[in-house]
Amino acid sequence: MQKERPLSPHLQVYKPQLTSMLSILHRGTGVFLALGTPVLVLWLLALAGGAEAYVNFQACFNNWFAQLLVFGWTYALFYHLCNGIRHLFWDVGRGFEIETLYTSGKAVMLISVLMTAVTWYFAVSRLGGAA
Amino acid sequence: MSLRSPLSKAVGLGSAKHGFSHWWWQRVSAIALIPLSIWFVFSVVCLVGGEYQTAVDWLSSPFNATLMLLFVLAALFHGQTGLQVVIEDYVHTKWVNLSILLLIKFASALLAILATISVFKVVLGG
Repeated sequence: MQKERPLSPHLQVYKPQLTSMLSILHRGTGVFLALGTPVLVLWLLALAGGAEAYVNFQACFNNWFAQLLVFGWTYALFYHLCNGIRHLFWDVGRGFEIETLYTSGKAVMLISVLMTAVTWYFAVSRLGGAA
Repeated sequence: MSLRSPLSKAVGLGSAKHGFSHWWWQRVSAIALIPLSIWFVFSVVCLVGGEYQTAVDWLSSPFNATLMLLFVLAALFHGQTGLQVVIEDYVHTKWVNLSILLLIKFASALLAILATISVFKVVLGG
């Protein structure tokens, strides 16, 4: 009798929902951004340290891995920012209808990708102009 | 039936006595970070790949230095409150939990003071 009961969550047939995935991503991007704060402080230290320290700091970003990290931080920042606004609406008790949850979730995904793309478009075109 | 007194219910504090303030200040820092982080990204895009002197001149303006300090300090504070919740959710061994929480707090304090002194040094032209 007990064997016929479904176990939940049944991982082989479990369909992930947009809402839970975005929630996990919010936490993930938050932790990732927190790990980026030492790099931000290193930048300020380099600025305070003089021209040579600043050039050395900039040189650390001349490889694909560092640039990938910065790209990741850009997206993480915009995602966490947009989804954070979604969270603030929930905090005041708004936007909990299922349909609204999905609409706002899709909007967050779209806007965060767009903001990342616009930011990198300008950053790369500035770098291209300088070089 | 609840055994909590009406006063305890009205005040709404749990056993730790400070749950609400953690939640509240996380929201306050979140709201502050909305305009600050947009300003920060815009500024970094303007400075990326640029000369040292350009960046120093930019940060030397009291307006930019103020916003930079607000951004860094709000970000460190917000990040520390968020990491604390993550650790409390997943790390259940008491001494590991406490050790990581202390490490996060000490690291945030260290980064906050490093950032503050660096910005002041640039602004005051040291």
